[in-house]
Amino acid sequence: MRKLTFLFAVLLTSYGVKAQQPDLLSLVGEEKPKKEFQKNAFKSTRVIHGQSIEFLANGTLDFRILHRFGYLNTGVKNLFGLDQANMRMGLDYGISKRIMVGFGRSNINKEMDAFIKMRPIWQATGGWPVSVVIVSGMTYTSVPWTDPSRKNFYTSRMGFYNQIIIGRKFSNGFSMQVAPIMVHRNLVDSVANPHDTYAVEIGARIKLSQRISFMIDAHPIVSGRPTGAKDSYGVGFDIETGGHVFQLHFSNATGMNEKAYITGTTADFLKSEIRFGFNLSRVFTIVKPKMYRK
Amino acid sequence: MQTTMKNLLVALLFITSSAQAQDKFFTKTGKIYFDCTGGIEKIEATNKSTTCVLDSKAGLIQFSVLLKGFEFEKALMEEHFNENYVESDKFPKATFAGTITNNSEINYAKDGVYTAKVKGKLTMHGETKDVEAIGKVTVKKGAVVAAADFNILLSDFKVAIPSVVKDKINNKVTITVDCQLDPLKS
Repeated sequence: MRKLTFLFAVLLTSYGVKAQQPDLLSLVGEEKPKKEFQKNAFKSTRVIHGQSIEFLANGTLDFRILHRFGYLNTGVKNLFGLDQANMRMGLDYGISKRIMVGFGRSNINKEMDAFIKMRPIWQATGGWPVSVVIVSGMTYTSVPWTDPSRKNFYTSRMGFYNQIIIGRKFSNGFSMQVAPIMVHRNLVDSVANPHDTYAVEIGARIKLSQRISFMIDAHPIVSGRPTGAKDSYGVGFDIETGGHVFQLHFSNATGMNEKAYITGTTADFLKSEIRFGFNLSRVFTIVKPKMYRK
Repeated sequence: MQTTMKNLLVALLFITSSAQAQDKFFTKTGKIYFDCTGGIEKIEATNKSTTCVLDSKAGLIQFSVLLKGFEFEKALMEEHFNENYVESDKFPKATFAGTITNNSEINYAKDGVYTAKVKGKLTMHGETKDVEAIGKVTVKKGAVVAAADFNILLSDFKVAIPSVVKDKINNKVTITVDCQLDPLKS
């Protein structure tokens, strides 16, 4: 009997030790972080033309070169539009995880533009289901006055835009956003031409592979259509190679800032007045994370 | 019969005391650092929220780390690491479960530096591989520091390196573990 009890006790203890073996980590209540912000909804801070819900990491500088060419259907004598190039060069900078600013200049209308972009609501698992982003910017053209003899105001060169982007990364392969935008032009050429234009951007990304995505970016105008303006549409591919993101696309817009492509698109996408274009982005780390500073 | 009862009591006491003994150590803020530099550009990252539990009696050690917690010098590297290489949305964690094969040579009750031979299984990116490392266990004032250096091959874990960056990323990754463990009170 005595031996039996001892055996029983030994069995019990050894059983106890064995039961603890498989998962030690559960003893300390290992858990996932409750709230995790959704990252990489889009590859770039732009869908094609318009701003996306994506931000630059804080302390990074993005050097962007944008090109828009002539119509594809002008044929080989124009090298399918490549002979006529328009461009914008710009710099964007991530101030914090939720604030970024940018500046650029386009050759069209010798126009400069600057914007600030903020993310008050950030999609997170265990948090908001969508991201809400606010963009506010202004443009300034520096072409010589058409009639220098009359009194010209510098404010006439300015335009403004404000946009609210509501977007969601539905899955790793699919993100979508809807972004109402209001563009105001200080100077228009006639009374019939409205100062204020309202449009609703619809943008989406469909990931084709880890480094290539298919992009859609449409800007239908809903009210205050400027004289002769058409809605801008674009489809394209985002291709990522190391530190660069190439956005190759086909669209009817030449403008490379919000004011320009919403109020100044005169080509008709549906009449196949389509041009090739690309955005090239290269990021540089300016401010390193704390643990890498020496 | 009386002796039986006595024996049972002793046995029960033994069981409870064994459960209460502080033979386990843990941390949730352990450090794991890796380097897979292949070219001029340094590719390194640090995770400061590694969970580690050491059972000194059984000679077992386990680690768990969230891959999204690795911090890189360049934000873009961090994005690529999570999105393209380890696919941390699909495989959020890397875990290691191992045994200290020379556990009997380590006296956890006495301050000192001991060599620990660790053998176990590393699970990452949906793949499990046997890993062996020679580490160091430092016992000081009731706390334990577990440290080790070892190498793994990315190809073993099916982490693909595209040919354009083949010369920038080293297939051989050097991993450094540094965990300051405190006694686990149950």
